[in-house]
Amino acid sequence: MIEIRNLSRRFGTVMAVDDVSLTIAKGEMVALVGTSGSGKTTLLRMLNRLVEPSSGTVLLNGQDTAALPAHLLRRRIGYAIQGHGLFPHYTVARNIAAVPELLGWPAAQIRERVDELLTLFGMPPADFRNRRPAALSGGQQQRVGVARALAARPEVLLMDEPFGALDPVTRAQAQADLRRIQRQLGTTTVLVTHDMEEALALGDRIAVMDRGRLVQCASPAAILTRPATEFVARLTGQSDRPFRLLGLVPVADLAEPGAASGTPVDPALSAREALAECLWSGREALPLTGGGRVTLHRLAERARGAE
Amino acid sequence: MIRLVAGAALLVMLLRPEWMAPLLSPLTRNGAPAIYAQSSLLDLALSHLALVAAATLASTLVAVALAVLVTRRAGAEFRPLARTVTQVGQTLPPVAVLALAVPMLGFGTWPTLLALFLYGMLPIFENAVTALSGLPPPVAEAARAMGYTPRQRLLRIELPLALPVILAGVRLSAVIALSTAAIGSTVAARTLGEVIIAGLVSNNPAFVVQGGLLVGLIAILLSDALTVLERRLRA
Repeated sequence: MIEIRNLSRRFGTVMAVDDVSLTIAKGEMVALVGTSGSGKTTLLRMLNRLVEPSSGTVLLNGQDTAALPAHLLRRRIGYAIQGHGLFPHYTVARNIAAVPELLGWPAAQIRERVDELLTLFGMPPADFRNRRPAALSGGQQQRVGVARALAARPEVLLMDEPFGALDPVTRAQAQADLRRIQRQLGTTTVLVTHDMEEALALGDRIAVMDRGRLVQCASPAAILTRPATEFVARLTGQSDRPFRLLGLVPVADLAEPGAASGTPVDPALSAREALAECLWSGREALPLTGGGRVTLHRLAERARGAE
Repeated sequence: MIRLVAGAALLVMLLRPEWMAPLLSPLTRNGAPAIYAQSSLLDLALSHLALVAAATLASTLVAVALAVLVTRRAGAEFRPLARTVTQVGQTLPPVAVLALAVPMLGFGTWPTLLALFLYGMLPIFENAVTALSGLPPPVAEAARAMGYTPRQRLLRIELPLALPVILAGVRLSAVIALSTAAIGSTVAARTLGEVIIAGLVSNNPAFVVQGGLLVGLIAILLSDALTVLERRLRA
């Protein structure tokens, strides 16, 4: 668990982060969003003291992070960044092993952990263990970067625009993988992104920063339906709001008994995809695989923010 | 191929210098000897190489240490000073260093070593500074965020990544030292320069060519070997 209390950081005369307080529960994924210069990256970097706070405290599981030497604190916190930052002279295995090595794990245990992580990220260890980062695709480098951040089973994972350099298809896959792995491991995660779609897809809660201040921290649905300020509303994109709202729920949640004509759709699809299917095929209702149906009327209702 | 030819030529000139006599005798006049025989060419070559190795090692240690110092945050302000010192080292002609050093250090190896050491620092220092400050920012940030101490970052990340570029500087410096070392024989250091000087003094071009060729061949082979090593490190 992370408790941020009245945290501020001043650069010269500018308050990059201004009196931010936020509590992040164990296992939660919080997406920090905001425009460039809103202070989201500075806030993130204060959590592992890459930037030292001007005032305020950060508690990690109740312990003041300022009380530890910075390098020991950082070994307990995973960190993944845009452009991955893999060490070019190390193999994939040694890159992933970086923090366990610093912590002095026995070699056999490190090897086992590396293979486990490579498998978890869908990269067969025998193929990838001994490659250099330069011999990987962008998506693979990114996965190794996240695997390295998770290697020593950190209590907290910090990510700064981790998928910013990926193409849209690879990025969607990387996001889905991250969501799956984060759920599976239960690692408390803070993710900085300027991509609202990414924040909505990944965050349990979304924290919106504006000129150094935290203006709202709430669930994706609440951010979309009840933006706290004009800035939040603009950031969430009013024209996309109904679709984004539908993107948050699986179509199964909107199902009702009954029948409809045409090809059935997978109930695990998002309501947004179901709406697209309705519009594209000109149907008023779609049958779901495994029974039941969803109507265009119900989708439209949900898109207006009705529960 | 060129490597093989150069290597073979070098071996012949060092171990069987008399085989070169038919080639070199047209350069002599008045029946002077074509082959230098005052001392063993192999001994001179080995002592020449030892001098270059010692000087280059010293230049490398000092230049890399300086470069590490000035690329730390605490040492950044010394950067212009360190640059000036190494540049002066390169600007002073080695002959002048020899002349100035002999009264203090006496004749022989030491003044030559000093001249080569000063002369060789600049390329190593400049390459090391460039390489150490050219670390990609995400890599530097990742190392910090992962919990490496400053010392671990230097030894495990920065220096290994800078090594090929530093080695390129060492190669340059070693080749320069190899050809410059010959002038050490003017102050009685045992180098291949002895052969060249003997040729100049006795007006015998055969000696000059012989000494010059030897130094040239060794320089080519040394540069080549270090290039191979550099490439291996980069791979």
